[in-house]
Amino acid sequence: MKPTFYRSHVLICTGTGCKSSGASQIEAVLAKELEKHNLQDEIKVVETGCHGFCEKGPIMIVYPEGVFYCRVKPDDVGQIVEEHLLKGRIVDRLLYQELHTEASIPTYREIDFYKKQHRIVLANCGRIDPESIEEYIAVGGYEACGKALTEMTPEEVIAEVKSAGLRGRGGAGFPTGLKWELTRKTPSDKKYIICNADEGDPGAFMDRSLLEGDPHRIIEGMIIGAYAIGADEGYIYVRAEYPLAIHRLQIALNQARKYGLLGEDIFGSGFNFDLHIKKGAGAFVCGEETALMASIEGKRGMPRPKPPFPSVSGLWGKPTNINNVETFGNVPYIIKNGAEAFRSVGTEKSAGTKVFALTGKINNTGLVEVPMGMTLREVIYDIGGGVTGGKALKAVQIGGPSGGCIPAELLDIPIDYESLNEVGAMMGSGGMVVMDETTCMVDVARYFLQFTQSESCGKCTPCREGTKRMLEILDRICSGEGQPGDLELLEELGNHIKDTSLCQLGGSAPNPVLSTLRYFRDEYEAHINDKRCPANVCAGMGAPYVIDELTCIGCSLCARFCPMDAISGDKKKPHKIDPEQCIACGVCAGKCPVHAISQAS
Amino acid sequence: MKSLEELRRLRETLQQDMLARNGDGNPRIIVGMGTCGIAAGAREVMQAIMQQVRERNITVTISQTGCIGMCEKEPLMDVQLPGKGRITYGHVTPKDVESIIVQHVINGQIVEDLVVARLEEGEGQ
Repeated sequence: MKPTFYRSHVLICTGTGCKSSGASQIEAVLAKELEKHNLQDEIKVVETGCHGFCEKGPIMIVYPEGVFYCRVKPDDVGQIVEEHLLKGRIVDRLLYQELHTEASIPTYREIDFYKKQHRIVLANCGRIDPESIEEYIAVGGYEACGKALTEMTPEEVIAEVKSAGLRGRGGAGFPTGLKWELTRKTPSDKKYIICNADEGDPGAFMDRSLLEGDPHRIIEGMIIGAYAIGADEGYIYVRAEYPLAIHRLQIALNQARKYGLLGEDIFGSGFNFDLHIKKGAGAFVCGEETALMASIEGKRGMPRPKPPFPSVSGLWGKPTNINNVETFGNVPYIIKNGAEAFRSVGTEKSAGTKVFALTGKINNTGLVEVPMGMTLREVIYDIGGGVTGGKALKAVQIGGPSGGCIPAELLDIPIDYESLNEVGAMMGSGGMVVMDETTCMVDVARYFLQFTQSESCGKCTPCREGTKRMLEILDRICSGEGQPGDLELLEELGNHIKDTSLCQLGGSAPNPVLSTLRYFRDEYEAHINDKRCPANVCAGMGAPYVIDELTCIGCSLCARFCPMDAISGDKKKPHKIDPEQCIACGVCAGKCPVHAISQAS
Repeated sequence: MKSLEELRRLRETLQQDMLARNGDGNPRIIVGMGTCGIAAGAREVMQAIMQQVRERNITVTISQTGCIGMCEKEPLMDVQLPGKGRITYGHVTPKDVESIIVQHVINGQIVEDLVVARLEEGEGQ
């Protein structure tokens, strides 16, 4: 194979985020413009995975300078080609502007969003073409795999992962090396290794981005894991609604087979291993390992009691090891650089980094990787750029439907497994939803419970019936019909569901309710006792709205948006709300430009 | 893949493809691409550089710069080896490119005949 030198590489992010903001169109225009200036042999266009800064997409990075262009529109491409690629002049107006100083930042590494991150798992995301095994190998890929298979015994691999202190990144934080050792020690003629890519938390896209951006890293991690436990076959269980991730994984698997990195006698070590992709239909419960394995076997995805643990009896009754995508993503780094290097990042009990998907009311929506032990405040303000619209932060939801809401006053806790558990949340797989003062915490709890209630597989009564009853109570509270004793009932039900459910779906479903009850009880009480939603989110609560005639300018905006046509009045004259028809939805108050509308006390 | 050695050999070849993305510490070639440079033939010089780099499989970072005021001497081509001063060649033709690359970039010998300016390391940066 003859390498071809290009003087400049233009990297276009084609993660799902940037694709949906128009990256494919940008690429098409770029190809045309390059040809127009006869630059197609000098400049290489590379599609990459997610750069993480989805908020600013479509993203384009031009090397050798490493100039970072954001929110590129098709009309901008001509100028980039003519000015930058042809004449070497950076197009200032497309550079990233710092949030508070509005200074233009030309290169990637100087942007605040990236400065505080520590990228181990995401090191190649946005840096290489995920559809090219050659690029992965060129940046050092499969070296760890070769080292493990030819220079280390399986026991040594396990010892290295154990001493690195790697813990499961799917949420619970079980030590990965120990898991591998348990599966290794079970004697059997056949063993399996599975990658759990059934990411289903609302607002979470870490695993998807990693599979889309650097699929070979996951495959490499799985080969090393398989060698360690003695498996010769593996599955990647990924949900069907991740078509791009599946497409790129499929390409990666074929390339790895072509290079003999999957198949027989890998690296001449005598070790054989191959991988399959299993597409999941998108049931949340299939993220639970026993339900996931049932689904691979073609059965209905329902969990079963443990023990026996998968390490003893898993897929088709054989010893099986299941790890999450990000966990496998850490393995090549540990084997290549050693446990010591891995431990040097993070905290004593939570080594390494964690990838988070930042969403909600935050300026820099996107994908970030930070050292464990960093505080929530640093992630949200220094990397995430703070709350949108300059509003006050109310809470951060971590860990998805199984996690909890952390209130603003606890923002200085470090991000590690133990600290998050202590405050009633959990690490989870890495969803981080930021909520501002306009969010109603009762409504948030109801949203997450609605999710788990409809995703409950129905096997265990406490989860199936209990979450339904809890949801009914929350619905009542949100519509102003809460009763004294509801909160105690929610707590009692919640704790019982946690204690008596078979799997972690039920075992954690009440968490969003219990954690908001713990930190925002006054909001629940306002709904029940005063029939009032302090954040003005829950519609139809309490007294009708009234217009202050002295302030009203008669713009009639409120009347146009009232769903009940309850507002009347002549143009430029004070308007009136008919208290009989008003359902207290509060839409009018939100629309009024002069704040003349409020709820009657 | 039959051995770790095989992977390492393959990686060395493949790294050439990635040069543009991690060029710190490479020799740099800079071409003046202002309007004056392009009018004087800088595009053809650039193409000749690309051809030489590909044929000889060498490790360099190529970038462009705008007009630096010596429009009279365009096309201008600068070469800067790591830790060395920046040498500016003037009136460069595509034919000169080969000798500049072979003598200067590869062998470290400045092509004195074509030099129009020198910048010591750290100066004027």
